Amino acid sequence: MAESALSGPDAGWAVRLRGVTKTYDSGVMALGPLDLDVRHGEFVSLLGPSGCGKSTALRLIAGLATPSAGTVELAHHGVEPRGSHRIGFVFQEPTLMPWANVRDNVRLPLKLARAPATDAEARIEAALDQVGLAEFAAAYPRELSGGMKMRVSLARALVTDPDILLMDEPFAALDEITRFRLNNDLLSLWRNLHKTVIFVTHSVFESVYLSQRVIVMTARPGRIGAEFRITSPEPRSEEFRTSAEYAAFCREVSAALAPSYAGQVGA
Amino acid sequence: MKSPQDLVRFLLPLAVFAAGLVLWEAVVRAYGIQPYVLPSPLLVLKTLVADWPVLSQSLGVTLLTTLEGFVAAAVGGVVLALLFNQSKWLEYSLFPYAVVLQVTPVIAIAPLLLIYLQQQTAVIVCAWIVAFFPVLSNTTLGLNSVDRNLAGLFQLYGASRLQTLLLLKLPAALPYILGGLRIAGGLSLIGAVVAEIAAGSAGAGSGLAFRIAESGYRLNIPRMFAALLLLSLAGIVIYGVLALVSHLLLRRWHESALGKDN
Repeated sequence: MAESALSGPDAGWAVRLRGVTKTYDSGVMALGPLDLDVRHGEFVSLLGPSGCGKSTALRLIAGLATPSAGTVELAHHGVEPRGSHRIGFVFQEPTLMPWANVRDNVRLPLKLARAPATDAEARIEAALDQVGLAEFAAAYPRELSGGMKMRVSLARALVTDPDILLMDEPFAALDEITRFRLNNDLLSLWRNLHKTVIFVTHSVFESVYLSQRVIVMTARPGRIGAEFRITSPEPRSEEFRTSAEYAAFCREVSAALAPSYAGQVGA
Repeated sequence: MKSPQDLVRFLLPLAVFAAGLVLWEAVVRAYGIQPYVLPSPLLVLKTLVADWPVLSQSLGVTLLTTLEGFVAAAVGGVVLALLFNQSKWLEYSLFPYAVVLQVTPVIAIAPLLLIYLQQQTAVIVCAWIVAFFPVLSNTTLGLNSVDRNLAGLFQLYGASRLQTLLLLKLPAALPYILGGLRIAGGLSLIGAVVAEIAAGSAGAGSGLAFRIAESGYRLNIPRMFAALLLLSLAGIVIYGVLALVSHLLLRRWHESALGKDN
């Protein structure tokens, strides 16, 4: 279970964290030190209890917060320096602008880009197609269900064609059926688009179902407690959810997660 | 939409109003109360019609003042809130004075303003002083109520300050701004009236409030009532128009503008 055996000194890393910590102004240490390599095209889940700093880790990778110590690197490839276009972010809430319709919400990242894309309309249509919402382009967020809002949020993250998709418990608030459908849609998007995905969740079952690698984090300050490579073959589908192999992985990951919850009242 | 209950809600206040008028008219007739003490509603109506040329002109003057004060308050309140939002130092320096202006009774400021400013200007400034604060404080509240994650998203995509202001903060603040404007509409009428009365006691002016003061000196009580009626109607119309504008701007997306059936 050593880290080198999993990600290795691989030149193909997309995200690299070294000795990253985050201490809040109040003096509370939320995270780390954390070392993490994520390969290009890999689907990694960060799994841990609430407050273990997994969302903080995601915000650090996105550049929405700065680490108190350590380095966060994104691999350069192509001409663009580290910047907005490389990363798509999906929050736990859909985080849509209620005053704008679906199309304008998805357009936002392109609009904010310094050099507006000439093919903006085509990109928006493509992104909406990818999440199956092409017919709802003119609808307002309040007219959509929770699952559909989440799809809009996903389309907005995809519209810039980012290399890295960061997802912060995106489906936690959805009902189970909707969550399963979005899980499957996300997996097929990941297979087709070859994105690097870092997926934060507190669900063992979701992390095992989706990921190539599950990273179990300890309670605050969040550190890597254990790592599991989910070796089950792709593409996965609903049959996988009921397989003995899936259950075995879930049992293993749950056992590794248990110490993170130890001592928590009401956990 | 038009259920019997809605109809009752609409008709009940009207019935109360009608009953009040009938009672009023009856009391005035039964006790033979003189018009210079209490005019009957019918007499007020007759006076309104008879004095319409004078009163309508005064109404126009007061409405124009109110409008000018309202526009000044709306622009001033929103612009100040935007400046405060962009610069904390500016906010710390000036906000206490905005509060001072708000808490000092305008009726006490008006005579001073009339000394230093031309009357028309003084009246507008009065309307502005009374009305700008709700716009300022509501807009500030709105600008600070932006969804934290949406703000993060703008940061992630490298939005400029101007983009963040125009595409995120202002739209997010719009419901609050409109709420402030609805209050400001009524207040700017009050400010205009207060200043007119202050000016009217100096014997100058032509607005509705001046007519009220003037009629009071002349014991022309029916005309006082007629002018008061017009002022009240003006206030209702101002509120109605602003509520309608607010509804039209927000109906597609904001909770406050959604019907109960949604």
